[in-house]
Amino acid sequence: MTDLTKLTMSEARAGLQKKSFTALELTDAFLTAIDKGNGALNAYVLPTPEHARAQAKESDKRIAAGNARSLEGLPIGNKDLFCTNGIRTTACSKILDDFKPTYESTVGLNLWDAGAVMLGKLNNDEFAMGSSNETSAFGNVVNPWRRKGSDGKTSTDKLVPGGSSGGSSSAVAANLCLAATATDTGGSIRQPAALTGTVGIKPTYGRCSRWGIVAFASSLDQAGPIAKTVRDSAMMLKAMASHDAKDTTSVDAPVPDYEAALGKGVKGLRVGIPKEYRVDGMSSEIQKLWDDGIAWLKSAGATIHEISLPHTKYALPAYYIVAPAECSSNLARYDGMRYGLRVNGDNLIDTYEKTRAAGFGKEVRRRILIGTYVLSAGYYDAYYLKAQKVRTLIKKDFDDAWNSVDVVLTPTTPSPAFAFGEKSGDPLAMYLEDIFTVTVNMAGLPGMSIPGGLSSQGTPLGLQLIGKPFDEETLFRTAQVIEDAAGRFAVPDAWWMKG
Amino acid sequence: MSSQKVAEKPKAKNLIAGATGDWEVVIGMEVHAQVASKSKLFSGASTGFGADPNSHVSLVDAAMPGMLPVINRECVAQAIRTGLGLKAQINLRSVFDRKNYFYPDLPQGYQISQFKQPIVGEGEIEIEVDGETLKIGVERLHLEQDAGKSLHDQHPDYSYVDLNRSGVALMEIVSRPDLRSSKQAQAYITKLRTILRYLGTSDGDMEKGNLRADVNVSVRKPGDELGTRCEIKNVNSIRFIGQAIEYEARRQIHIIEDGGKIDQETRLFDSGKGETRSMRSKEEAHDYRYFPDPDLLPLELTQGFVDDLKSGLPELPDEKRARFMKSFGLSGYDADVLVAERSSADYFETVAEGRDGKLAANWVINELFGRLNKEGKSIEDSPVSAAQLGGIVDLIGSNAISGKIAKDLFEIVWTEGGDPAEIVEKRGMKQVTDTGAIEKAVDAIIAANPDKVAQAKAKPSMLGWFVGQVMKSTGGKANPAAVNEILKGKLGI
Repeated sequence: MTDLTKLTMSEARAGLQKKSFTALELTDAFLTAIDKGNGALNAYVLPTPEHARAQAKESDKRIAAGNARSLEGLPIGNKDLFCTNGIRTTACSKILDDFKPTYESTVGLNLWDAGAVMLGKLNNDEFAMGSSNETSAFGNVVNPWRRKGSDGKTSTDKLVPGGSSGGSSSAVAANLCLAATATDTGGSIRQPAALTGTVGIKPTYGRCSRWGIVAFASSLDQAGPIAKTVRDSAMMLKAMASHDAKDTTSVDAPVPDYEAALGKGVKGLRVGIPKEYRVDGMSSEIQKLWDDGIAWLKSAGATIHEISLPHTKYALPAYYIVAPAECSSNLARYDGMRYGLRVNGDNLIDTYEKTRAAGFGKEVRRRILIGTYVLSAGYYDAYYLKAQKVRTLIKKDFDDAWNSVDVVLTPTTPSPAFAFGEKSGDPLAMYLEDIFTVTVNMAGLPGMSIPGGLSSQGTPLGLQLIGKPFDEETLFRTAQVIEDAAGRFAVPDAWWMKG
Repeated sequence: MSSQKVAEKPKAKNLIAGATGDWEVVIGMEVHAQVASKSKLFSGASTGFGADPNSHVSLVDAAMPGMLPVINRECVAQAIRTGLGLKAQINLRSVFDRKNYFYPDLPQGYQISQFKQPIVGEGEIEIEVDGETLKIGVERLHLEQDAGKSLHDQHPDYSYVDLNRSGVALMEIVSRPDLRSSKQAQAYITKLRTILRYLGTSDGDMEKGNLRADVNVSVRKPGDELGTRCEIKNVNSIRFIGQAIEYEARRQIHIIEDGGKIDQETRLFDSGKGETRSMRSKEEAHDYRYFPDPDLLPLELTQGFVDDLKSGLPELPDEKRARFMKSFGLSGYDADVLVAERSSADYFETVAEGRDGKLAANWVINELFGRLNKEGKSIEDSPVSAAQLGGIVDLIGSNAISGKIAKDLFEIVWTEGGDPAEIVEKRGMKQVTDTGAIEKAVDAIIAANPDKVAQAKAKPSMLGWFVGQVMKSTGGKANPAAVNEILKGKLGI
């Protein structure tokens, strides 16, 4: 039998339909792969083999009975930010200790109701704060991609998988699941997808329910999938998205059949190229990637238009005010009183301080402090209020752009995957990883990263598509054209598999 | 609106005499009223009182990871009804903010409240103090979550937390600093409570903590600028509000007259000692880091929604008072007493319907309320129903019984129950209006007391003695007017 873990999600779906293999066989193939490969990658913080097999058996019954659902028997990984009923959920923070929710996230429920099988909980940056998956309480996640000529013998050869959804991107790229859930507050789906040669889409704010997902910055957080192909990501998002009365920011709008949009091509589509994204010092390989993307869309019949998004340069600083402000308040509930870690002190204040000092990592503490500062009396107007005004201007930039274009094309990241420690000592360098992605969250728009080529080091690079609100369909059909032209990028050598 | 009143000359009776002259006390109130609703402001958990600790707690109330608030429509409607009852502006767009602070009874680490854009804006409350009608400005009303309750007396080493109240909806109603005496402050909260109860938007039960007041007090020499205020937190009875203000005003006057100055601070009222003491200074005040709650979209209302609520509002105490005075010819005082509680007003209206309104008011206020007070009963558990009292009033009105007999009848109905008309019939309590029978009794008395007859001719006020005798001989059942008439004729006076 061929290696089932190398199948795409849609191929696996076809195989199950044809009964070429069972859901249990498929699940076991992934569980074996996790067993062998997770030690080197650390993508999963909690594999759930028994849970997975039970779900797979149920799927096999449904397939046999002829009432398979849309993702029946397809094994996926679940980012540890999603609360799972009875299964430890930590947001990869010590502060949640061995917290076991008594509830399932709405996105999770949607996936299990569609028949998907959960292989386990995936690593991420602590509370989704990071761009390299170096802030997780469970340690770094390793990118299965290595630089050309690297033999992986020294630790500096290891590359980051991006963040915060580094477990998701690494696991998908390394065939440790068919696809994975992820979340994106400033680029946490698209940047890891770009760094691992996978496809990631952050849908429009409000498309997926945030209920049951550990919050980082409520006005920016949005769930989406990381998958191997554009089609797979369309399958996943269709299942994940829903209106949810429990999240009043979720939108009551029908969820289209995204797969149906895939073959429609881009003839006549107006593609915007924002001049402000040609940042100083952009590397020639990123420039080439972008030019390739433009050429592919042009030859498929799209028209290319230079556009201006004048407030782009303010997006990153404004984001690093809004997101920490919301996080400082959202993370106040982790106080050691009701669940998770508690370190007892001499009195109440001492207990708070000891608990939160021990429970939160350095980056989370940094953002809580920044957020507390910008909301403080006397600083609110200068920081938070001004950042919100910038946000309105960024939204307006896009609103204006939609008068002349249907979709925007940019690179996803300024550079390919980097080594551990390369940026983690310098928060600003790390924050710059999000320079092309944060605007999308600030404007609440859908954004997608599709592999577009390899860097000079032989590691993946991603192209980003930005769409109109709730127009994910245009992103999918455009992404399909790019994928068809660029081809898929699989890791050449499964070095992480032991034995 | 009343808030922009030109400065009036302070009334002498409201001033407090100090060593250096008279002082004026300036009071503003922030009243927290629990919204009458089945479930909490942002969760489906019950608001029921008296349940076991932590039995009315949803995942949202306990701030579990990933939980999100969803606004309770009924709580919004209740806030709007209250706003309408306070003749206030209803803001069709309002915003929920987070007020951030750490405390174990605050699971989220923030209270969801409304800071810059409350649901209700300027309104007013009319109060009556010493026969004077005053309009007190209401600055705003906003919705917010209540916190849980810390229990410090359950364990030697630990404090416990009960989250049953966590997330229950409160309305914070903020007055203008328009109040000038403790009496006015008491009248204000009494009136506010009456309005809330009429509207059914809060039970206003201070004993259960469902209505509590933060009282801002400052003093100044009449005509001066406002002085520095102190806020007395969480005063939970109308009597204590009066005591706290009296104590606090005098405390401040003494400090200033001794050459000191008032520090802006938050104080607590110790009801045992009848004094206020410092809780925290301005410097120690929290920086609440208010910002709009990103989990909740701004609350947008349509005018139609507000209009529908408006058309469903009950008659409010001020309107009812005016109507009672007009339709039933009641005095302002009687009308005030009757409208203070909606249940009393309803009782009265049932009694007064189709009868003599003044007579009905007299019986409700003097006989019924007097008796209820004496026995510590509320109008809801009155042994005499409005229909029964109406029956008694009917018998008086038709001259079937005298006022004196009516009191006996009331006593019988109170203790034994039954239909007043039947009781009167069965027990022969009917007033004698048969002039023949009365004449017979009068003749007998005149015949038996010739000396008194002679005296009465000289001194007509002796008539009273004869009336008493006739009433006695008829067992009190004779119609006093008829007795008077006949006696006068027979005695020739």
